[in-house]
Amino acid sequence: MSELTRMTAAQVAGVIASGEVSAVEVAAAHLDRIEAVDRRVHAFLHVDREGALRAARDVDDRKVTGPLAGVPVAVKDVVTTRGVPTTAGSRILEGWKPPYDATIVSRLRAAGMVMLGKTNMDEFAMGSSTEYSAYGPTKNPWDLGRIPGGSGGGSAAALAAYEAPLAIGTDTGGSIRQPGAVTGTVGAKPTYGGTSRYGLIAFSSSLDTPGPCARTVEDAALLHAVIAGHDPCDSTSIPQPVPDVVGAARLGATGDLTGVKLGLVKEFAGDGSEPGVAAAFRESLEALVKLGAEVVEVSCPHFEYALPAYYLIAPSECSSNLARFDGVRYGLRVGDDGARSLEEVMSLTREQGFGPEVKRRIILGTYALSSGYYDAYYGQAQKVRTLITRDFQAAFKKADVLVSPTTPFVAFPFGSRTSDPYQMYLADLFTIPTNLYGGPAVSVPCGLSEGLPVGFQVMAPTMADDRMYRVAAALESAVGTFAPPEL
Amino acid sequence: MAAISREEVAHLARLSRLAVTEQELDRFAGQLDVILQSVARVGEVAADDIPPTSHSVPLTNVYRDDEPRPCLTQEEALSGAPDAYEGRFRVPRILDEEV
Repeated sequence: MSELTRMTAAQVAGVIASGEVSAVEVAAAHLDRIEAVDRRVHAFLHVDREGALRAARDVDDRKVTGPLAGVPVAVKDVVTTRGVPTTAGSRILEGWKPPYDATIVSRLRAAGMVMLGKTNMDEFAMGSSTEYSAYGPTKNPWDLGRIPGGSGGGSAAALAAYEAPLAIGTDTGGSIRQPGAVTGTVGAKPTYGGTSRYGLIAFSSSLDTPGPCARTVEDAALLHAVIAGHDPCDSTSIPQPVPDVVGAARLGATGDLTGVKLGLVKEFAGDGSEPGVAAAFRESLEALVKLGAEVVEVSCPHFEYALPAYYLIAPSECSSNLARFDGVRYGLRVGDDGARSLEEVMSLTREQGFGPEVKRRIILGTYALSSGYYDAYYGQAQKVRTLITRDFQAAFKKADVLVSPTTPFVAFPFGSRTSDPYQMYLADLFTIPTNLYGGPAVSVPCGLSEGLPVGFQVMAPTMADDRMYRVAAALESAVGTFAPPEL
Repeated sequence: MAAISREEVAHLARLSRLAVTEQELDRFAGQLDVILQSVARVGEVAADDIPPTSHSVPLTNVYRDDEPRPCLTQEEALSGAPDAYEGRFRVPRILDEEV
């Protein structure tokens, strides 16, 4: 494997800027790595060799400059990329080439970043393992018999397999953080509204948040800075300056957390983390205390209702959002024989185009929104959302950030949670409260349990994304980074 | 008692324009029942005096500056369509045959 693929994004940017290595050489090294290992990992649904080399040549010709110019990046397949196939992991969009770029993709291009291709995911970002991808699962580079997390398992696995130094994910209930945790990589969910949703194929519009995936905290912050900031094309985009996430990550890396208060959520303590996960979390907490941080216990009594509220709100929004897949404007159309009606063609198209988890959620959401049930389900879930937000606000009066394990268990074997959907949903137990509140949160590798990575989650108040990067970088400086065995 | 029946699932699938198979109906009814029993817990806490939250960003009436700018061409907009005809999306028949 080329040394270039082992470097951090910051190092890659450095050697390109100094002229030591060309951007084309860097792109080629990563494309070769993909060629060599992706048959086994299956992190990518589409590799854009031509586009990547063209973007790299533009950097070498000094047409674009910037802190990450020439650095390769993989993009989750739920983000539209002009002229490059985008499927959201679904058959219903097989072969679709979007006519426009998402705002975050435009920003990657403007920054001179080199898009290698599109990464695998659970269909429409619904899942925690990539087992619901219509194109087959991604394998965890730590153990090819285990899940890479989801929905953004492809992005996380691409990093862990050294196929890309950076990747884009989207996080609705944990789809950036949980894959980060189980692959030993860093995954950050920015404040909702801090990164643009324009060009994201919508799953749950009030929760979907694009964000950076990386192998180091500083790299994640560098990518965050490229994609974040107000976008007039997204009406929920926050018209405020982006917090100095890169500065915060560098400050944290000095290893000094004097005076920083870490809130330990009391209600998460008994919540069924595997013993190895709980142990790695406790040791990390002790490491942070040695760096000067103080631990305070906080109570968030409504967090236990976050999972139920999420599984009403997200399916409700998805049942509405996915109505656009009607076999008329893009994607699949099935059964149009001239005799069948529009409605029949639509039903057949959606029957064949959607997988089982998507159908389950559409039906669940349709139920929760139907008259007679709306108040008991969707209405109540929205009230729970208020109570969870109040829990966060009260906790942040006592603590600067809240901390927890990212997910209760390490990467599980394929097939072990697909028969019972609710068991799969438990993977997001610790990540979901943040999505309902809208704040930022990051997962950073903190240790191993039975040889598999464990993630440490840092949650911060809305628009205080810099705080989570500082704490995450401090932890990284104390425990180091974790590399999987050679593939 | 089951929170959701097989007939209800069939009805919801029709509303959602999903032509589900008999086997799917059997499987989904059981699974959705388990999920609904778990999520129904939201009813335990939220009282009448709690306002609902639909969205975490407190912005209302967001407008862009009204500046003309290029948009997709007709060709681009139709580029992903399963069927197009004379610059428009072609759809299957939407009216029943005349009786």
